[in-house]
Amino acid sequence: MTNQAVQKSKEPFARIVKKSEMSGKNVAILRIMAFLLAIVAGGVFILCIGENPFAVYGAIISGAFRSVMAFQGTVKIMIPLLITSLGVTLAFKMKFWNIGAEGQIIMGAIFASYFALFHDTLNHTLLIFAMFIAGIIGGGLWGLIPAFFKSKFDTNETLFTLMLNYIALHIVSYLRDGPWMDPGSQGYSKIATFSKNAMLDRVMGVHIGWIIAIILTVFVFIYIKYTKQGYEISVVGESHETARYAGMNVKLITLRTMFLSGAICGIAGMVQATGSDKTLTTAVAGGVGFTAIIVAWLAQLNPVMIFIISFLFSVLEKGSSVLQSSYGLSTDCADVLQGIILFFVLGCELFVRYKFVFRKKGGA
Amino acid sequence: MDNENTVKYAIECKGITKTFGSVVANDNIELTVKYGEILALLGENGSGKTTLMNMLSGIYHQDKGTIYIGGEEANINSPVDAMSLGIGMIHQHFKLVEVFSAGDNIILGTEKKKMKPKALKEEIRNISKNLGLEIDPDKKIYNMSVSEKQTVEILKVIYRGAKILILDEPTAVLTPQETEKLFALLRKMKEQGCAIIIITHKLNEVMAISDRVTILRKGKSIDTVNTSETNEKHLTELMVGRPVSLEIERNEVENKEKILKIVDLTVMKGDGTKALDDISFNIKTGEILGVAGVAGSGQKELCETIAGLMPAKQGAILYKKENIIGKSPSEIIKLGISMSFVPEDRLGMGLVASMGMVDNMLLKSYKDKKGFFVDRKPARELAKKLKDKLKVVTPSIDTPVRLMSGGNVQKVLLGREIESNPNLLITAYPVRGLDINSSYTIYDLLNEQKEKGVAVIFIGEDLDVLLELSDRIMVLCHGKITGIVDARKTTKEEIGILMTGGTIGEEEEND
Repeated sequence: MTNQAVQKSKEPFARIVKKSEMSGKNVAILRIMAFLLAIVAGGVFILCIGENPFAVYGAIISGAFRSVMAFQGTVKIMIPLLITSLGVTLAFKMKFWNIGAEGQIIMGAIFASYFALFHDTLNHTLLIFAMFIAGIIGGGLWGLIPAFFKSKFDTNETLFTLMLNYIALHIVSYLRDGPWMDPGSQGYSKIATFSKNAMLDRVMGVHIGWIIAIILTVFVFIYIKYTKQGYEISVVGESHETARYAGMNVKLITLRTMFLSGAICGIAGMVQATGSDKTLTTAVAGGVGFTAIIVAWLAQLNPVMIFIISFLFSVLEKGSSVLQSSYGLSTDCADVLQGIILFFVLGCELFVRYKFVFRKKGGA
Repeated sequence: MDNENTVKYAIECKGITKTFGSVVANDNIELTVKYGEILALLGENGSGKTTLMNMLSGIYHQDKGTIYIGGEEANINSPVDAMSLGIGMIHQHFKLVEVFSAGDNIILGTEKKKMKPKALKEEIRNISKNLGLEIDPDKKIYNMSVSEKQTVEILKVIYRGAKILILDEPTAVLTPQETEKLFALLRKMKEQGCAIIIITHKLNEVMAISDRVTILRKGKSIDTVNTSETNEKHLTELMVGRPVSLEIERNEVENKEKILKIVDLTVMKGDGTKALDDISFNIKTGEILGVAGVAGSGQKELCETIAGLMPAKQGAILYKKENIIGKSPSEIIKLGISMSFVPEDRLGMGLVASMGMVDNMLLKSYKDKKGFFVDRKPARELAKKLKDKLKVVTPSIDTPVRLMSGGNVQKVLLGREIESNPNLLITAYPVRGLDINSSYTIYDLLNEQKEKGVAVIFIGEDLDVLLELSDRIMVLCHGKITGIVDARKTTKEEIGILMTGGTIGEEEEND
């Protein structure tokens, strides 16, 4: 202590200072700059592993768009990501940290698969409808459980939802190895491929999940912005005290919103299983539930932005799958690129609110 | 500085400027304090008092300007730097470890913890004896009263060798009697050669304790005057920037009717202690019932219990002869009972910080219309109306209220409550931290309501205001009612005694 006093401490080299609120336009410019910087930094990484960055970026873009089929592939990746991001957004608006989208997707898929496997003789439209409702209920219940314990015993929802992911995952393993094992698989444990009757129809070459996703985008947008329930979610998210003060039933709103959040994720699971995978596997969620969290926050919980960002994510993912075949790069390289981009884009949020002030030369 | 003065200032601030984003909190401030002097720093809220003091105590760093301590240029980068320069700050909210003893708190963070406990206690006792203080070093903080805690805070900085003391609104939590004690202590320290800066917005205290007053207005240092050569009126004018009248009118309303009767109400806190202990009182229409009491005497619980946010353990709350205990908050709102509580952080639970005025207008009324969708049209009109009527300063009615200044936020809150046409208006600390002008706007609003026949419960901190505004004053102490007195006949001293749990001769009969 005395040391410091004797030393006559200098003004610090750099200080972080709060900025005035930036205009929306400047914030957008800052974010675009961050994105461009991320591309440059990613390019440096590609250079380091001995490839031409322009060629690699070109390959990613062309990989996602080069043919109708490639584009359909991109859309297929986008569908569950978009739906799930919308789902978690509802919970996040309420500041309920739903990390359990992964499990909610799986439960939605399990419930829907029950109808696909055991009631595939139903009328096609009726079957699709039943699977849709089953997906909603499966995901919704999986969202309702942590909400119930949160409102009843104030348990930590982050841990709770996270743990439920693993439970859901192992339920699929159990079903695959036990009751739902495909009898025709000759001992190899897998669940049977769904019959044609239980598969989602295709419109313009892609299963109708894309239509559902667009409808849900509009629905969530309106729900958050213009409905009483959406208003309640915002108030509860801001402060439980305020919500109670306004005469809101916080428990009910928490339960309802988490059911809805889980239900939308469950729809993603149903769509993925019956539209894309055509069977139920442990990979039905495949990390989408976690990526969706990033998408939702990058989009600042705005449904329209979620649409755009989940599209960009899908382009990156589809495009980088091509890297493996044409450049022999492992898909892990694509993950590194994704990480670099996220680092820059999320990092720029610091500069939206703060700036650095450096010590003036020759000054004190 | 032409005529070089030989007087060494304890603190000399020259051209201090500090901005937060686009807000200039301190603009070219000049301030000096000598050793053996008490300087009062006076200014309305948001005039930059606390920002300036935070720079002196190393929490912020100025953008421009220099600070001289004891005549030498100083760079204060952290609270440790400030301490080693002999500057000690006593914050408005105490920074003590509740589960530690007084002694532990005093030595916390110093090298002295290696000393033998016995010698240490002796040292603490000696320091307190020198200042005429009584403190038991072994007493745990959570067992202490507010004023004892403050004493520990002061000892803490003195123990660290502070010769310059900064106190941020130290009297806000004290009764008049405790304030007197604190002032006696400050005077003694002044005699011992300490330099003291006291932040306050109570003018009578400025007159009582300080030698000089520096007035800040909108981040600028307006003037420094000798206390002996000024008076309250002059100080107010300097503070506000123009002459203001300090009169609150109090009219008598005819045809009063009993509207709320509280009978033997007991409410428990979360920790199992009694927040309200068997209280009974009533209020009539067209009356302002002031509630006085040291902070934390049960005011918050009283508000929340009437509003249905807290369960009652015993007793009844009769509103128009109907017991409303057990009713949900929304049912109580519908009955015409409005509650607005302005807590220390100002936004509290009455408003949603991230929403604009429009969405905040909706808070209690969004369910009124049928259907699935929110109707924002009436809210938008109400927001516009309030903005004009109460002169709310905001860039737009959709700007989040957290970006508005405290005074404007409170106008929005109280405005909304009044627009809901309540029969009973409960308002706690509505002028907390407001400047003089905004405060008077709020008093006028409350009087207007009273004349309309609304029953108003006004929970306040400033006894002078309570005495001028209320018809009757109810005093709470540790959750008990220690007296209900006629505001026209009582005195500040009487209320002060009641606030500490004493009794006075005549009490108004409470049926």
